[in-house]
Amino acid sequence: MLKHLRKQVGENKRPTFLTILFVVLEVVMDVTIPFLMAFLLDRGIDAGNLSEIIKWGALLLFCASIALLFGVLAGHFAARASTGFAKNVRRGLYYAVQDFSFANIDRFSTSSLVTRLTTDVTNVQHAYQMLTRIAVRSPVMLVFSFFMAFSINNTLSLVYLVAIPLLAVGLFFLIRAAYPIFTRVFKTYDKLNTVVQENIRAVRVVKSFVREQYEIKKFGSVSQEIFQDFSKAEKIVAFNSPLMQGTMYLCILAISYLGARLIVSSSMTTGQLMSFITYTSQILMSLMMLSMVFVMLTISKASAQRIEEVLGEKLDLVEQASPKTFMKDGSVTFEHVDFSYTKTEDKRCLFDVNLDIPSGCTVGILGPTGSAKTSLVQLIPRLYDVDNGSVKVGGEDVRSYSLESLRKEVGMVLQKNVLFSGTIEENLRWGNEDASEEELGWACRIAQAESFINSFPLGYKTYLEQDGSNLSGGQKQRLCIARALLKRPKILILDDSTSAVDTKTDSKIREALKTELKETTKLIIAQRISSVMDSDLIIMLDDGKIQAMGTHEELLATCPRYNHMFERQMRKEEQA
Amino acid sequence: MKKGTAKRPKLDLSTLKRLFSYILGPYKARLLVVFVCILFSALASVAGSLFLRILIDSYITPLVSKTGPVSFAPLLGALAVMLLIYASGVIATYLSNRLMITIAQGTLKTIRDAMFSHMQSLPIRYFDTRSHGDLMSLYTNDADTLRQMVTQSIPNFLSSIVTVIAIFLAMLATSWQLTIVVLVSLTAMLSISSRVARKSGSYFVAQQKTLGKTNGYIEEMINGQKVIKVFTHEQKAKQQFDVLNEELAGDAFNAHRFANILMPIMGNISYIQYVVVAIVGGFFALSGIGALTLGAIASFLQLSRTINMPINQMASQLNSVAMALAGTKRIFALLDEQKEIDEGTATLVNVTEAMEETDQRTERWAWKDERTGKLTSLEGHVALHEVDFGYVADKLVLKDISIEAQPGQKIALVGATGAGKTTITNLINRFYDLADGKIRYDGININRIRKDDLRRSLGVVLQDVHLFSATVLENIRYGRLDATDEEVFEAARLSNADTFISHLPQGYQTDLSSDGASLSQGQRQLISIARALVANPPVLILDEATSSIDTHTEEVVQKGMDALMEGRTVFVIAHRLSTIRNADVIMVLEDGRIIERGTHKALMEEKGQYWRLYTGSFELE
Repeated sequence: MLKHLRKQVGENKRPTFLTILFVVLEVVMDVTIPFLMAFLLDRGIDAGNLSEIIKWGALLLFCASIALLFGVLAGHFAARASTGFAKNVRRGLYYAVQDFSFANIDRFSTSSLVTRLTTDVTNVQHAYQMLTRIAVRSPVMLVFSFFMAFSINNTLSLVYLVAIPLLAVGLFFLIRAAYPIFTRVFKTYDKLNTVVQENIRAVRVVKSFVREQYEIKKFGSVSQEIFQDFSKAEKIVAFNSPLMQGTMYLCILAISYLGARLIVSSSMTTGQLMSFITYTSQILMSLMMLSMVFVMLTISKASAQRIEEVLGEKLDLVEQASPKTFMKDGSVTFEHVDFSYTKTEDKRCLFDVNLDIPSGCTVGILGPTGSAKTSLVQLIPRLYDVDNGSVKVGGEDVRSYSLESLRKEVGMVLQKNVLFSGTIEENLRWGNEDASEEELGWACRIAQAESFINSFPLGYKTYLEQDGSNLSGGQKQRLCIARALLKRPKILILDDSTSAVDTKTDSKIREALKTELKETTKLIIAQRISSVMDSDLIIMLDDGKIQAMGTHEELLATCPRYNHMFERQMRKEEQA
Repeated sequence: MKKGTAKRPKLDLSTLKRLFSYILGPYKARLLVVFVCILFSALASVAGSLFLRILIDSYITPLVSKTGPVSFAPLLGALAVMLLIYASGVIATYLSNRLMITIAQGTLKTIRDAMFSHMQSLPIRYFDTRSHGDLMSLYTNDADTLRQMVTQSIPNFLSSIVTVIAIFLAMLATSWQLTIVVLVSLTAMLSISSRVARKSGSYFVAQQKTLGKTNGYIEEMINGQKVIKVFTHEQKAKQQFDVLNEELAGDAFNAHRFANILMPIMGNISYIQYVVVAIVGGFFALSGIGALTLGAIASFLQLSRTINMPINQMASQLNSVAMALAGTKRIFALLDEQKEIDEGTATLVNVTEAMEETDQRTERWAWKDERTGKLTSLEGHVALHEVDFGYVADKLVLKDISIEAQPGQKIALVGATGAGKTTITNLINRFYDLADGKIRYDGININRIRKDDLRRSLGVVLQDVHLFSATVLENIRYGRLDATDEEVFEAARLSNADTFISHLPQGYQTDLSSDGASLSQGQRQLISIARALVANPPVLILDEATSSIDTHTEEVVQKGMDALMEGRTVFVIAHRLSTIRNADVIMVLEDGRIIERGTHKALMEEKGQYWRLYTGSFELE
């Protein structure tokens, strides 16, 4: 169980072990101290003997100092172990995600990955600290206190035979009744947060449609649900402390009566009676703490499992034992390629695709939404593996290269692209860390980004907010293209990367690519025929199959569908 | 008091006072009962610790020294009395817990609801200046610490205070000399523990900050994970992460370390106090100072042990209370924000064909001035007269804007990002108020129209579509809540959304989660167009409604748009100039001024900026 999570303990085994050790030692001292107090009372105070008081007092002080030392050390190591563990888990998760393939990422959603790396890690950290401290302390305390109480007077400890089951059964029923309600409350909390989040994000929509009252009502009903469920759960929990108090009080009364009889018959001292009561409270407290630990651990179990899922996720892209690192040229070949995202035949999205693209060609890819254009090009940098057949670049199967060298040679501008918070320059350098200023300028000129970058007061040092939210859509797309160009790839893939760029700029980018990257094979997915008209090869995709292939002129002559599409788009542009 | 090095949470009394006004308001009587119950419960537990000593001194010891037959009857009598006291204590504990639930949860609900409804009444400006994350954390983190404080800390505090006072009085009654000894040791104990607690508190603040930073980084990276893969940037991403993760682990370690050692420190200092009291007490008793009996010392020792527990509790919770109050203060700051001001008196009413006000739902609407009762037919005539505006007082982003839209006209706004296109539409629906000039709607100054009614008469389709977690049907119905299912279907058909909706797994009943993430941008846009269609407003604002849609989808969307624009006054902002060619008037904006206006044909002939934009010799940004 939780095999991968347990591995993350790593170098924290030592502090974990020390925590447990010192917790046990601290408990031993905590149990010894009431024993010494009994002596202080009986032989010192009750006997009126000051030297006895001082003697036992000194011993008590000594024990208290040692207990203090153990307690502090236990706390120190527990903090070290739990935060160290959390650090490892967070790193383990993050590293695992870094090694994920696209298919792995798709399987978890982005937002669920974020939750697993943030909230779940915090939960597991708390659980770990609880496991090493309280979950150790309570049972040890229970056993030791019981032992001590038993050694003081075994007849009297018969009281526990009644008290412990009473408390245990009571706690069991409380937890069983309250736990499901609490889990429901946490779900409702998520619902509440969703409402708030949506309203903050869509404030303009809410105000435009004058839906403030409607939203307030919606929020109110979720809020009411939380109020009711929480109250219901807490009404059950409200029995907790009376139960504990009641059991304790009953014990005291029973022990007092039985103890009195024992003292009268001289088989017990008053000091021992007091100690016995202290042990009783320690036993009952431990029992209650144990029940709390149990509840908290069940709550964090879900988090632990979610983390385990990520850590245990099997990577589905594996490099060959001795992968190639050199790519001869930018030629691309597809041989009988079938592909599906789920590796199931009936959900296949590419069927028997055959392609042969010589190095340095410009290829346009057209097709309606859902025709698997993106799926096709994603196979080239091996973002996914084929089901059947093979994809070759530079004459070799993509699976024979190391992922790093393959992706270094294949520059891809994703459809859903992301810029990161940082300066423009930092973002561009993702393409090539050591790019000189000239190179940055070169890439930005091709991508038609130079003029707007220079129009910013800080130029390349302009700070981009997360996801480049302070740029327009067209500006973002051009930066993404420039970033990919800096890799100086042998193959460049533009997946609908200029959709927010105006037609004129779009054609300027294509023009510059043609003259500046002669050697590079360029694959361009586009919506407008005008974007790919002058390509060496145009591929028409439909439903995962290549419908037609050829130059613009060839397709005009042979493919009625292409012909139709072209005429419609031209007519529209003439109207324009 | 010594100055702390780092920022640390401080006890904010004025916030506490305000919080109590929320609790005291509706729950005064209950709180009084709770207080009495806590008093009972605390006194019962104090009585318990005193009882043991009395039991030994007055019942057991006499029995031991007595010779002959022993009778346990008096002891049983005393135990019976104690049983009653204990029982009442247990009942009081339960009652106070039980009553506190309603008080705490009720207060939280009141505050939560107040936060949300107040937030709804705030002007757009408020949302402009705050990050979504910050606002969210008011409802999550801050509300959560508040919940813990109200449900746990406050009742604990009350009970601790009562217990401490009761025990303190009992101690004074037993021996004032020894009470002084206890006071001195308590002071020492508290000064040490508060120092540790403060250290822990300041590290906790630091931990929260690095945690926020690290989690923010994680979120950004995971969101861009596919880009990281494409650029084989994994190693770099790991390195940067490690730096943050180490820093976080350091802060977390310190925060938890100091919190962890607090309990052993306080617990063991109380033993030291025990020994000191025993020695001093023993010395007093034996040297006859203060007329102390040995029995009194023993009971005093028991009392001094009992007082430590509630004091420890108070000390350890002081920190979390201080942190919770910091969060509560932020919540109150939200509640104190100035609401959107609305001095409008004109409202929208249904009228009959003969322009008479009616309660029936008719096809005709009119503006009704609530003061004069005058009715003005709702036509959709919008006119801006010499409007100036700036988001900040001294920086105008719109200068001298005059636009007139006749009912049913299509007005296009063209210009670079930041030219002020969206700002104009934001002024029409009064998200912001003008610096100078006038906007009239059907001849009425929009300042005199109630905001709700003004906005109801304006339909908006924005570039960023926001959908809600609900079914597709409910999302479209958002436009008009009393629309029938049939009307919703009709709107979907008109906007061309019907086709894809019927292909969804549950059709119109398909649940959309997380802002409709499962839909494509074009599909989301179609839903938002259908939503505006259902609302059926006379005036429409389309702000870049199709710009992030590919041309293929745009064709589909365009049909929906045309249906939507039919017969309405429309303000359209578009990046692709081809979509606005047929507008009645095109306004070209530059730096907040209108530099050209006219029809497509006229502007093309003019060969000015519009012509340059259109022919592509100048690029829009």
